[in-house]
Amino acid sequence: MSTEKTFRLDGKAIPFEDGETVMDAALKAGEYIPHLCHNPDFEPHGSCRICVVDVNGRHQCSCTLPASEGMDVDNSSEAITNKRRTLLQMLFVEGNHVCPACEKSGACQLQAVAYQTGMLNPHFTHFFPKRSIDASHPDIVFYFNRCILCGLCVRVSRDVDKKAVFSLSGRGHRTRIIFNSPSGKAVDTELAITDKAVSVCPTGAILPKHHGYETPVGERLYDCLPISVVGDAAKHHTAKKHFLNGDPDE
Amino acid sequence: MTSALETAANPQDMKRIVIEPLTRVEGHGKVTLLQGKNRNIRQARLHITEFRGFEKFIQGRPYWELPVLVQRLCGICPVSHHLAAAKATDMIVGARELTPTAEKVRRLMHYGQTLQSHALHFFHLCSPDLLFGYDDEVRHRNVVGVIEDSPELAKQGVLLRKYGQEVIRVTAGKRIHGTGAIPGGVNKSLSKDEIHYLQNDIAQMIGWAQGAVELMKTVFFEQLDYHMAFASIETSMMSQVRGDGAFELYHGGLRARDHLGETIFDHVDYRNYNDYIRESVKDWSYMKFPFITSLGEEEGWYRVGPLARINNCDFISTPLADAERKEFMAVGKGLPVQSTMAYHWARLIELLHCTEAIAELLCDRDLIGKDLRNKGVMQECGTGVIEAPRGTLFHHYEINDEGIVEKASLIVSTTNNNQAMNESIRKVANQYLDGHRLSEALLNQVEVAIRAYDPCLSCATHAIGKMPMELNLMDDRGELIDRLEKRVNGQINRTL
Repeated sequence: MSTEKTFRLDGKAIPFEDGETVMDAALKAGEYIPHLCHNPDFEPHGSCRICVVDVNGRHQCSCTLPASEGMDVDNSSEAITNKRRTLLQMLFVEGNHVCPACEKSGACQLQAVAYQTGMLNPHFTHFFPKRSIDASHPDIVFYFNRCILCGLCVRVSRDVDKKAVFSLSGRGHRTRIIFNSPSGKAVDTELAITDKAVSVCPTGAILPKHHGYETPVGERLYDCLPISVVGDAAKHHTAKKHFLNGDPDE
Repeated sequence: MTSALETAANPQDMKRIVIEPLTRVEGHGKVTLLQGKNRNIRQARLHITEFRGFEKFIQGRPYWELPVLVQRLCGICPVSHHLAAAKATDMIVGARELTPTAEKVRRLMHYGQTLQSHALHFFHLCSPDLLFGYDDEVRHRNVVGVIEDSPELAKQGVLLRKYGQEVIRVTAGKRIHGTGAIPGGVNKSLSKDEIHYLQNDIAQMIGWAQGAVELMKTVFFEQLDYHMAFASIETSMMSQVRGDGAFELYHGGLRARDHLGETIFDHVDYRNYNDYIRESVKDWSYMKFPFITSLGEEEGWYRVGPLARINNCDFISTPLADAERKEFMAVGKGLPVQSTMAYHWARLIELLHCTEAIAELLCDRDLIGKDLRNKGVMQECGTGVIEAPRGTLFHHYEINDEGIVEKASLIVSTTNNNQAMNESIRKVANQYLDGHRLSEALLNQVEVAIRAYDPCLSCATHAIGKMPMELNLMDDRGELIDRLEKRVNGQINRTL
């Protein structure tokens, strides 16, 4: 008799081990749950709420929810997809996400998840916030218009790179990402192009400088297959190559 | 020469005629005419009433975004802006020259762009006027009428344009607003399969392009005197030419000749364009008025585009187009051809050249090369100039130490033709406005004159021959005395 513990995800039995979250177990089993602030390499955060699922009638954040036996998880009903789509629409109108002019288009996790949930319009009135570009760093450029405040760069810089370059400042809709430097500029931090924090952004908010549109249309990460098949941008080699080898020309 | 026509001395005594909107003139435009007591047109103005502001809002953006960002100026010839910006950013990244693969892929993209744009303009937009006559019934004088009466011709037009769009897709990734050109080169070369795909149909395209030139010649010569005179104005002309004087669309020196064909300047390095071209501003238009500095604001306006390019070049490098060029130039009897309607003829010679040039390029193995990009020492500014389908296009950018654009200056093709279009409208209006009662003929003739330039006030031309238009005739007290409305369905109503 099998002692494997399982829960049900859209009717399918998903095995899990003690301590694993619903997200961890689902991804391990090859089942995709849409997410943005979650990166399996790092501690879960539960801030973007895109991974919301229905568990026994309650809405839960699957990246922070420990899996347990007997769970009946709804990941793909129309009701759940509608919830996610609404959350995405709010993310889109909160910032300035102009996909046609964004060099991350086609390889952007935010855009790919929006496609995956069938988001066709922003629905809500755009905030059109006035946000700047910080191009002071010699190798990296920061587009605050595209930041969704997922906090991944903050966590990774603090916990993995041990530099704590970023912080979230302000409250509510005035929350913004800042650099922990006397000038408030990226150039005055210890951030390096090889830092892990630079490669984890799910949008086009952190990009290598002097590079753009170098991957032809048709060869970008999500040009041919949806994110549910391809997976996260940060996990994909071509998406990371500019950052991780320290030589953007390679 | 022109100032009296731009601003009449005593406008209070004249009738003011407003044609508005010139819809989809890449935004909005209108024509106003002031008519004196002798019924002569004393003032003609083409107003672009919409403000685009690209020069302003790309300030603060990183320079490497420019080729993709700025092409959003236009959905009709975005490749031209894409490549002009790419050429400017080539300078910024210190790429003194491109790799052979990069230059040829960009050229191929540009030929595809010019082919599709010219095909669209001639077959979809102008052929109804040229085939059916300007007084043909409005309901019939459109592309649907062409499909009904000449289905084979209409099919050729559609497929020629499709071919050009496919060339763009293969080189830039998308038919509209692609990403092929990047600072210092391109992001892809062609595969053998892509080359074979384009080679399959190119012979047919050359044949159809030849047919289009023949058709245009037939139409032109049937009413030679009329076409030579209609909206005709004597102007200087400017274009790029290759170092040996050959016709050039992608990269060359600037050449300007006066109305007699005498050289004003030649083989000018376009990076110094600011020494030769200036822009004046009128308080009644958002579109600037460029002029050749040495001739001054009054005399220095000029024309660009197919008419200027064919007149200015010494020869065309492809044989079929060059033979057509010689026949074209013979009409001028040793002088530049100044007929505004000859724009159509010149445009089709260019279309033929593009098909020939594409055929040549598709045999070039550099297209499948892998050396895509050059770079060098970063520069603070860059200038890119290209011959867009509608004429010479200037892009100039200055960046700061962080790579952010601080200053941008664009002189788009249609802007170069601004004064010339104003003059042509004046001539047409003077010829066809027959007094107190407006005529549909005037309405259409104004459109025909504007359309000959293929302006990227383009809705004037790209509304498939059905641009909605309103023509008001007012007396000297500003009272409306006559009014015609043309609906998008082509129906014309007198609404007063």
